[in-house]
Amino acid sequence: MAATNSKNKIKRSVGDQIVQVLIYIFVGAFAVSTVLPFLYVVAGSFATERELTQRAFFVIPHEFSLNAYRYIVNDGAIFRGLKNSLFVTIVGTLVNMAFTTTFAYPLSRRYLKGRNFFMNMVIITMLFSGGMIPGYLLISNLGMLDSFSALILPGAISVFNMVIVKNFFQEIPAELEEAAKIDGCSDIGIFFKIILPLSKPVLASISLFYAVGHWNDYFSAMLYIRDPNKEVVQIALRRIVLLAGGANPDGSPIDFGDLGAPPEKAVKMAATVVSTVPILIVYPFVQKYFTQGVMVGAVKG
Amino acid sequence: MAKNAQPAAVGKKGSLWKQVYQQRGLYLLLLPGLIYLIVFKYFPMFGVIIAFQNFSPFLGFFKSPWVGFEQFRLFFAGNDFLVLMRNTLGISILNLLFYFPAPIILALFLNEIKCSWYKRFAQTLVYIPHFISFVIVASLSYTLFNVNDGIIHEILQAITGKSIDILSKPKYFWGLIVGQSIWKECGYGTIVFLAALSGVDVQLYEAAKVDGAGRWRLMWHVTLPAIKSTIVIMLIMRVGSILNTGYDQIFLMRNSINVSRAEVIDTYVYMRGVSGGQYSYSTAVGLFKSIVGMIMVISADRLAKKMGESGLY
Repeated sequence: MAATNSKNKIKRSVGDQIVQVLIYIFVGAFAVSTVLPFLYVVAGSFATERELTQRAFFVIPHEFSLNAYRYIVNDGAIFRGLKNSLFVTIVGTLVNMAFTTTFAYPLSRRYLKGRNFFMNMVIITMLFSGGMIPGYLLISNLGMLDSFSALILPGAISVFNMVIVKNFFQEIPAELEEAAKIDGCSDIGIFFKIILPLSKPVLASISLFYAVGHWNDYFSAMLYIRDPNKEVVQIALRRIVLLAGGANPDGSPIDFGDLGAPPEKAVKMAATVVSTVPILIVYPFVQKYFTQGVMVGAVKG
Repeated sequence: MAKNAQPAAVGKKGSLWKQVYQQRGLYLLLLPGLIYLIVFKYFPMFGVIIAFQNFSPFLGFFKSPWVGFEQFRLFFAGNDFLVLMRNTLGISILNLLFYFPAPIILALFLNEIKCSWYKRFAQTLVYIPHFISFVIVASLSYTLFNVNDGIIHEILQAITGKSIDILSKPKYFWGLIVGQSIWKECGYGTIVFLAALSGVDVQLYEAAKVDGAGRWRLMWHVTLPAIKSTIVIMLIMRVGSILNTGYDQIFLMRNSINVSRAEVIDTYVYMRGVSGGQYSYSTAVGLFKSIVGMIMVISADRLAKKMGESGLY
């Protein structure tokens, strides 16, 4: 009995080990596939145009060149985009956090009179929306077209993020609040002096979600911003990437306007690198926070 | 509402107005968010009335002529409706079949990896694409798939012996979109499932192992049930957004050659409304989308509750 058991165990573990190895390889391959394109783009941005045409893929260029970066510095469009996006991201995230936390706190207090009514108001916005055109007409009637406020205010509260914050506030022990109230602290004082300082981890993750959303936003800028001086980085990048082909993806010629001759492939890669670097710089520092944030949200959806 | 028990410190009994007055600080905090919701969420909801008008920006909301359901009739009777529904549902259903289960499978695989540095390394890498904009994803796709010197195009050519133009042939468009989504979001999507998995009692695994369960039976009987409710919640949200295909991605990948497969409701509303100025017609199309979405979420939620899951709200 014992002998057959151990025999089975050995047999299974051989098959098991093969499966185990396959799983390691699959996960590793997928992980590598997520960064290989970036490595190529970074390498390509430092390569010569000739090498980019001759070699389909490489991670170390034979010939090192800074021409692409020189071009984008001279052109200036991508840096103007970076500056505008930096502004929208910083101010936008501050606005997001101010609106989200102040709204989440009262909703996290079970004794708030009318709490169900306000929660239902929130849930209705999750179920139904006016759609793109009424939203666009509203922004246009408010005179917010061609203003950064059109990129900041319409998304001031993401209901999903607000619910994560609200759930986090609910978990904070009520005794702290009661003790502060006995000491004569007001609701607003409790919010600023007790609740916010205790919520740093979740606030960090939510700020990250909002900031990445602002930085990567393409559609709102396409919808609301026409003024070239207010071009955000994603729009600038898109324009450079399209120009680099010398033609639209569908083959029709591009009007180059005042930019002159079409930039090179390396330029498009350099622009991609420059616009991604800010995110990749902060990524290692914030990694633990976004994992925490998603998990807080996962506890109760 | 019945459980409106107050903490002892604020538990002074009084009239409703007195209690409301005591909570004035909370209402003050609530105010900015409420104004935001009313202006940017509820105004546009009432703005959908222009779907029943022949709206002209010069006449405004109040003076534009009413046309009833004429805009809807134009949409449903026109040729575009079927094409849009085919493309939107085509992409959504492919997403449901491939993009939705991908993070679950990857999370199950990551969960099998016992070597902790390898797991951490893989996780760090697979989260990265989530933080990259679709502008860059589109540009990377162009770099890798273009027929002149794209590396993936060359590999495919070496394998199949013919040139495959994934970027502009309409028949590849849906696959391209779903593939991009999986590449971009699959890794990040594992976080929520891994969080649910970390809560599984290790003793359950050990007990099952003692009973002779192998890897697959452990996965099926222990791991999957542990993340079932998370899967159901994610599925409800997915089903609810069946007509939302996302703006950025499709806008950035569509061109005049693949447009026959690439035009979805969202891009159509933009082209007709914002570019074309047909405000009432495109609002009607958007309203159709919102209503279908609402029906889908509510029914999926009901169904989940009937099956004994907690549902969304």
